[in-house]
Amino acid sequence: MIWNEKMECASGKNLKNIQSERLQETIQYVYKHNPVYKIKLDQFGITPSDIKSIDDIVKLPFTTKDDMRDNYPFKLFSQPLKNIQEIHVSSGTTGNPTVVGYTKEDVKLWGEVMARSFACAGAVPGDMIQIAYGYGLFTGGLGSHYGALELGLTILPASSGQTKRQLKLMNDFKPRVLACTPSYALYMVEEAKEMGLDPRASSWQIGVFGAEPWSESMRKEIESRWNMCALDVYGLSEIIGPGVAMECPHKKGLHIWWDVFYPEVINPKTGHYVKDGETGELVITTITKKGIPLIRYRTRDVVGISYDTCVCGRTTPRLTKISGRTDDMIIVRGINVFPSQIEHVLLGIEGTQPHYQLIVDRKAGHLDEIEILVEVEEKVFSDELKKLHELEIKITKELESTLGIGAKVRLVEPRTIERSEGKAKRVVDKRKI
Amino acid sequence: MKINQISIFVENRKGRLYQVCKLLGDNAINIRALNVAETQDFGVLRMVVDKPQEALNLLKENGFTASFSEIVAVEVEDKPGGLANILKVLNDSNVNIEYMYAFVEKKLDKALLVFRFENIDKALETLTKAKVKIVTSDAVVKA
Repeated sequence: MIWNEKMECASGKNLKNIQSERLQETIQYVYKHNPVYKIKLDQFGITPSDIKSIDDIVKLPFTTKDDMRDNYPFKLFSQPLKNIQEIHVSSGTTGNPTVVGYTKEDVKLWGEVMARSFACAGAVPGDMIQIAYGYGLFTGGLGSHYGALELGLTILPASSGQTKRQLKLMNDFKPRVLACTPSYALYMVEEAKEMGLDPRASSWQIGVFGAEPWSESMRKEIESRWNMCALDVYGLSEIIGPGVAMECPHKKGLHIWWDVFYPEVINPKTGHYVKDGETGELVITTITKKGIPLIRYRTRDVVGISYDTCVCGRTTPRLTKISGRTDDMIIVRGINVFPSQIEHVLLGIEGTQPHYQLIVDRKAGHLDEIEILVEVEEKVFSDELKKLHELEIKITKELESTLGIGAKVRLVEPRTIERSEGKAKRVVDKRKI
Repeated sequence: MKINQISIFVENRKGRLYQVCKLLGDNAINIRALNVAETQDFGVLRMVVDKPQEALNLLKENGFTASFSEIVAVEVEDKPGGLANILKVLNDSNVNIEYMYAFVEKKLDKALLVFRFENIDKALETLTKAKVKIVTSDAVVKA
């Protein structure tokens, strides 16, 4: 079913008028309500009256992750805190996380776009959904929750983890829809077998999987193991969380809800649009948000985009699966990890040098694992094992609290970390994505 | 008398111990006592050598993380109860041992005990008072 036919199947001309109106309103709104954006637009020599159509969007300055960091925690909000209903945080590049605030209207918008997404995946009112995305501060859980409420699904708000309990819920209650990270879906296969369940006979028929990059081969594996239709949902907390774009069962790209999240694809070096059919950095402008509207936000995700109408009837543009990043961020179990965060932690521990390497691996049937190699320099070296062990534990704990994900720390000899042209290779991603 | 023990960080990788020992051997440095403490991923190699400063410089030049730790070497008769007698003295005076290792001097029928103490000065005082024979660094060099 199509949840909002008017918007999802709008003709180009009608939609362009809506987008133009909304962009104008958004620019007027941030100019009036957000001092950071007012200064930014003034410096750029733009006044709200310069924006007459959605095509004028190219005149506007970009917003970046650095803007989020520099204005931590609330300075990019366009509403006073008392009007913010909910706050979510995700990883920032260094010490401070990225903070987003939702007004009541924003939460409603979130429910709307996630309802469209679940419907797009094939869910219908009355279906039962098991939400196994984390609910705490992470956008995955609650975003899915609001969408399921809006669409009229029966919700099992399981949150992440406790795999045996998840599988018991599935087996006993028979939910038709599963929402979690794709790697967790695969991980649960082995656990199910151990419990004596037949994964191919599971009640899950539709999987709404996201929050991390995954490949076509991973899709095939999930689909054959669970005997379900596995679909990709895209989102990022800065824009709203999950529900920015969603695949339909035709699997011809992710429908981006462009009446509210206006997409552009640019060459990250020049800032100009890429040619048709080429990939580039996805830039999104939120044209209806109130809490923290973002103008031309550089997602750093590399995608392609196509504008033809899908077999399903939706006229929205479709994004290709994310093919990479323009920065060094990696996503592990749905959590954004920046190598700079690790550097930050190591510099904060007396005597340690930021000589490290991050190894991510995804072993068959297991969740992604991070191992962090730290070179042992003379300052922290001790002839006593217990002191070295204490150091290991200290680094592990600090990393866990900064990254929000457990990582195994391994002390290694100096200069064991591979250096090319004097520059250490910071990230080794062994996952086959 | 305090002696400088050399401690070296070594990963649990094939051939690492050999590489350290070969480096020292090629440079005519004699290992007098040696001990390895290991975890799953790495170990700490501890050794008493005849030319400590030379050995330390050499190891650092070759990219090892190495440092000096002050230890006390004690000589006892190589016979039953030798170690127990020393430990009793230390225990009676509440001297804590971080770790220790031992090896035997065949020529002299003596055992050499190497101790790393929490409080080395207190340990030395206790051992001296008990008339335990403490090995000097000169003796380590000449032996």
